[in-house]
Amino acid sequence: MISFDPTENSTRARDFYRRVALERMRPHSRRYDEDEHALPTEWVEFYWNEGRKGAPGNLGGETDGFVQVCIQAEELCFGDAGLYLRMPTAALGGSAVSAAGTQEQKDRFLRPFRESPHPIWGAMAITEASAGSDSAAIQTTARFDEASDEWILNGTKIFCTAGEGASQIEGGFVVVWATVDKTLGRGGIKSFVVPARTPGMKLVGLEKKLGIRASDTATLVFEDCRVPSANLLGGKPKASLKTEPGRAGDKGFKGAMATFDASRPIVAAMAVGVGRAALDFLIEELERQGVKIHFDSAPRAQTALERDVLEMIAELQAARLLTWRAASMMNRGKPNSLEASMAKAKAGLVVTKITQKAVELLGPPGYSKKLLVEKWMRDAKINDIYEGTQQINQLIVARRILEYSSSQLR
Amino acid sequence: MIDFEPTEEQALIRDTVGEFAKSEIRPRARESDEAGKIPADVLLRAHELGLIANGLPEAFGGGGERSALTGALIAEELAFGDLSLALAILAPGLLAYAVADFGTEAQKQRLLPALIASPSALGTIALQEPRFDSDPYRPRTEARRTENGWQLDGAKCLVPWPDSVAHVLVLASEGQSLAGFLVPRDAAGLRATPESYLGIRALATAELTLEGVRVPADARLGGPTGGHLRALVARGRVGLAALAVGVARAAFELARDYAKERHAFGAPIATKQAIAFKLADMAIEIDAARLLVWEAAWRLDQGADATREATLAIQQVRRVALEVSDGAVQVFGGHGYIREYLPEMLLRNARGFACFEALTLV
Repeated sequence: MISFDPTENSTRARDFYRRVALERMRPHSRRYDEDEHALPTEWVEFYWNEGRKGAPGNLGGETDGFVQVCIQAEELCFGDAGLYLRMPTAALGGSAVSAAGTQEQKDRFLRPFRESPHPIWGAMAITEASAGSDSAAIQTTARFDEASDEWILNGTKIFCTAGEGASQIEGGFVVVWATVDKTLGRGGIKSFVVPARTPGMKLVGLEKKLGIRASDTATLVFEDCRVPSANLLGGKPKASLKTEPGRAGDKGFKGAMATFDASRPIVAAMAVGVGRAALDFLIEELERQGVKIHFDSAPRAQTALERDVLEMIAELQAARLLTWRAASMMNRGKPNSLEASMAKAKAGLVVTKITQKAVELLGPPGYSKKLLVEKWMRDAKINDIYEGTQQINQLIVARRILEYSSSQLR
Repeated sequence: MIDFEPTEEQALIRDTVGEFAKSEIRPRARESDEAGKIPADVLLRAHELGLIANGLPEAFGGGGERSALTGALIAEELAFGDLSLALAILAPGLLAYAVADFGTEAQKQRLLPALIASPSALGTIALQEPRFDSDPYRPRTEARRTENGWQLDGAKCLVPWPDSVAHVLVLASEGQSLAGFLVPRDAAGLRATPESYLGIRALATAELTLEGVRVPADARLGGPTGGHLRALVARGRVGLAALAVGVARAAFELARDYAKERHAFGAPIATKQAIAFKLADMAIEIDAARLLVWEAAWRLDQGADATREATLAIQQVRRVALEVSDGAVQVFGGHGYIREYLPEMLLRNARGFACFEALTLV
């Protein structure tokens, strides 16, 4: 039944995370934007000890499922998107394990995130210097060593979010995409779980970025980095590994890509959170300066300012609803890759525009570092790029609506 | 719980109306536009579906199943067929819904049975005004108290005006509040002039001038003190916005299908990213706009104030319908500009949402 009514549970969670956003994140926003590679200790400790528990009294009762996950992501990114990405969680690496891992792998890699005495991180390493959106062009190799029953990884990964924590702190892990056979193209790409501090995995650098500076974006080098065969996501009888390495990993490339159907709505929700931070602030500030936004004014008698703000509100809500729809399809167990890409494409673009417009409409203070609006503008832009650029998501949508394969529409 | 799946019953209604739109409305769209006339047989068959009656009170012969959300699903499907025909098909609801929502018991008894039974619209609604700043909440048309009723002065335009109309609900400012008055078609001082617009050509509309039009006390919708019609505007916007989604979807689907058939440089133009991405953007914008419309409709069904949601929805859909229909003309190229194909008509129709402010269609 079509309904826009959140469950009591998710309303409580929303209020809880909104308070966390305002009380635990915002006060540190500017500091960790400026001190780019510092660990935001207060936030990390708070999240590990308190934040993970979720909303008080949250156990039991009906939830909004994946929509609720989106609502939480929106609230926390309404707080600070950079700090959100620095949270000690399994993050995208966890999504990959959940989507493509065996039960044994889920237990082995995800349990520490419940039981570790100290904060730990997960991450996913896909991008390389010459393989971004075209992840099938990955050059990192995985070679199976029968003698030791291990995979040997070689290559360099860039733009690995949370890559510092995930590669350095005992208990965490990095999911690495590598090819077992370049002649197989996409079919040869598998994902491997590399536990933190595995010899051969080296953290060689952290990016300096336009925004989300509190987030550690790492370059990781793999030099004869060995992981047990049981760390190939999806697993496969060892017998076939030597003769048919391309068939290893139950879900392979498609399984890995399925991670994105689940993660894109969350990323879209994160985007909406950043956009809302700027928009809410803009509306409050305009009101403080004597401009109230009316929803019942004559359309052609509105001021340019009022018209802009109304459009920003509508666009943000449009992005939010596309996001919730993609997530609610997961609740119903329906395939959602079209809807997830629609949400991601719309949200990334909308919040990029909204935050840029907010800087404009606030005048000089909007451009000033005295306020956080300029930071939100910088933070917002990444949403139009990572987890599939605007253009990649347009391509996915286009293929679906035209019923074209990836070879028919390149 | 937040969810986006229509109920089984809603899906059935949507599919039935969608099938009707495809097989009965769309094939008549072009001829109606060219002739400037609504084909009467289509109206009769639509009446048999009972789309309007279903949402009106049982006590007066309706089905008692009023839902703005279901209404929005219906409106989108009908407009997917054709906007002029959709408006004509839904026109019997214009006055009927307003009376059902805001009328006194006596007004309902007097008007609703006939409005519900008739296949053609016996009533209509006059809201838009021929000014750049036409304001649905604060019309320039004024209602002043007289000794035994009201006097109305002002001008209205874009009033759906089929021959069958006997009453028009005129929205007017009564001091600071928005009120509606039932005016007989032949009232002294009321003059109706037929209009001709860029789009929705098949639909008969009129410009009304009201000069010292006097109506009795019981002509005020909702009685002497009731009937504050602000809520009518939100409902009226939701119906229009749903129609606009239907127009946009019609344009998108035509463009998508054409792009897959039309070859250039040895391949369908849909295989070029310049076209494919344009189509992707259209699809995204249409879905987003539809969800905004649903949210506003859902709020109405909760009995909540939907001013904000309805305003956001109509404003967004107004833009999307225009952009998508313009995009469809562009995808068709020269063929989009000639009247042998539908995109040029959809573009003309879509621009109409710039003028329509609120019509009680759901």
